[in-house]
Amino acid sequence: MSEQELTREEQLRAQLDDAPTIPVSEFKRRSRRSFLTGAAGLGVAYLGWNWLQGQPSVGGIPKPLRETLEFNETVWTNVSEGRSAPEHPVSKATPIQVNGRIGIRNEIDLAAWTVRVEGPDGELLDELDIATFDALPQRDMVIEHKCIEGWSSIVHWGGARFSDFHARYADAVGDVPYVGFETPDGLYYVGWDMSSAMHPQTMLALRQGTEPLDLDHGAPLRLATPNKYGIKCLKRIGVIRYARERPADYWAERSYDWYAGL
Amino acid sequence: MSEPTGYGGLAHRGDGRGACDRMRNAEERSRNSELIASTHGIDGPTVAVMSIDTTAEAVASEERPPGEPVARLVHPRAIRWLHWINFPLLMIMIWSGLRIYWAEDVYALGIGSWQWFAFFPDAVYETLDLERRLARGMAFHFAFGWLFVINGAIYGIYLLATKEWRHILPDRHAAREAKDVVLHDLHIKKDMPPQGKYNAAQRISYTAVMVMALIIVVSGFAIYKPTQLYPLPLLFGGYQGARLVHFWMTIGLGLFFLVHVLQVIRSGWGNFRSMVTGYVIDRRSPHVTISVAGVPEAETHTTEMATEESKGGGA
Repeated sequence: MSEQELTREEQLRAQLDDAPTIPVSEFKRRSRRSFLTGAAGLGVAYLGWNWLQGQPSVGGIPKPLRETLEFNETVWTNVSEGRSAPEHPVSKATPIQVNGRIGIRNEIDLAAWTVRVEGPDGELLDELDIATFDALPQRDMVIEHKCIEGWSSIVHWGGARFSDFHARYADAVGDVPYVGFETPDGLYYVGWDMSSAMHPQTMLALRQGTEPLDLDHGAPLRLATPNKYGIKCLKRIGVIRYARERPADYWAERSYDWYAGL
Repeated sequence: MSEPTGYGGLAHRGDGRGACDRMRNAEERSRNSELIASTHGIDGPTVAVMSIDTTAEAVASEERPPGEPVARLVHPRAIRWLHWINFPLLMIMIWSGLRIYWAEDVYALGIGSWQWFAFFPDAVYETLDLERRLARGMAFHFAFGWLFVINGAIYGIYLLATKEWRHILPDRHAAREAKDVVLHDLHIKKDMPPQGKYNAAQRISYTAVMVMALIIVVSGFAIYKPTQLYPLPLLFGGYQGARLVHFWMTIGLGLFFLVHVLQVIRSGWGNFRSMVTGYVIDRRSPHVTISVAGVPEAETHTTEMATEESKGGGA
């Protein structure tokens, strides 16, 4: 062993030298206490876990978890709401896979299709055909569409900002906090908070790329955003309904987060 | 040799050469020295050891009868609590994370289109009840994730505040020594390199775990809020990159956990107990202890002479 190594060994040991020591009798007493504390901790963890699983279910998950999701929503809407996702060059866009057909399985006559716009008291504000949406200011966005399952793809959407659409009804509905969307058959429905809906990247999409949406992707009109999971991007919009309370949400009723914000 | 010789997952015993235990190392050294001394017809080492004895009596006897075992604190209370709280939290995070991963289980080991191992075989999903639980997985993940992060943050702050990190971060000798530790563990090499609270392999492993934990948290946030935390995902090459990194860090932590548990079992009861009670029984005897702090120049020199002898003969 070289001089250098010995010095090192000494240095290493010196690190331990100031560690307190106690007599073995005292150690035995503390040891017993530590193990009892450990056993109690195990018991508390076990009971806590069972307690959590046994809590009443809200939307398919135990209430404390649902409340935590809502707490998270509060945190994130306060920390950094309103930020925008990056947009990409058109060349990066790829076709998007078809993931869900809930609400779009029925036959549809695209020529006869209209959207019902309802106020917060259920009153019919408007019934619009596709020309109305074509007449709104058009924009393109190439964004990363993110599915809650974990895949994502860069999609080129074309259409109108929801905020431009909303401008038509802002006076009529006032400061409503929510807006809901439904497929014509009512089988699929999503709820949005108004500030997410008013985000400049929340789009009522009419086109994928330069082509009108095809049926599988929500023709003639769907929601698109990079800032919420795809579950919120309802296809084939049949009803747009302003609301004072959180609108029902298909996936939030099935254990998912209502906000689903990114 | 019933006492533990290491303090954590990659601790060592077996042949009783735990370097944390001063007595045993010193004994070993003096035995080596004597062996070599006799080969070479030198009786210097014996003298040296005697002289160490004297020093040790003076410096390290700590008002207790020589040779009486004492319990020495190795894991402060905060470390023990944080360690044991982290364990179930990490398990919940991995379990709920796998339920999320199941929904898009695209990762595999292989080259090109050839897959050697796809994560994960159906049997794994079935056994652990991971199928069709994406929503519940997310609910648990995003609730317990806070606790995991808070616990980890407290741990990090504690290490910094108490300078406990000095026991854990590898130094410049660590790579070479860790290799020796592994060889020792594989029963290829007899001697363990010198160590402080943790051996070099432990230092590297524990540091790697902390780095992986940091990466897993940061990449997790990048997946969780890619817009709101933009440009965080760019650190990982984007959203999917963050997901991939997050996945591999999970595998890394899982592998660490396996090795950790195996090594804890190997190290034995005393080592496990030290993470519960905080203490190890230290049987070091002042008679053979090489004192470290405050050793007068002359004695240190004598010690070095002794070891020089052993080196000279043992090479």
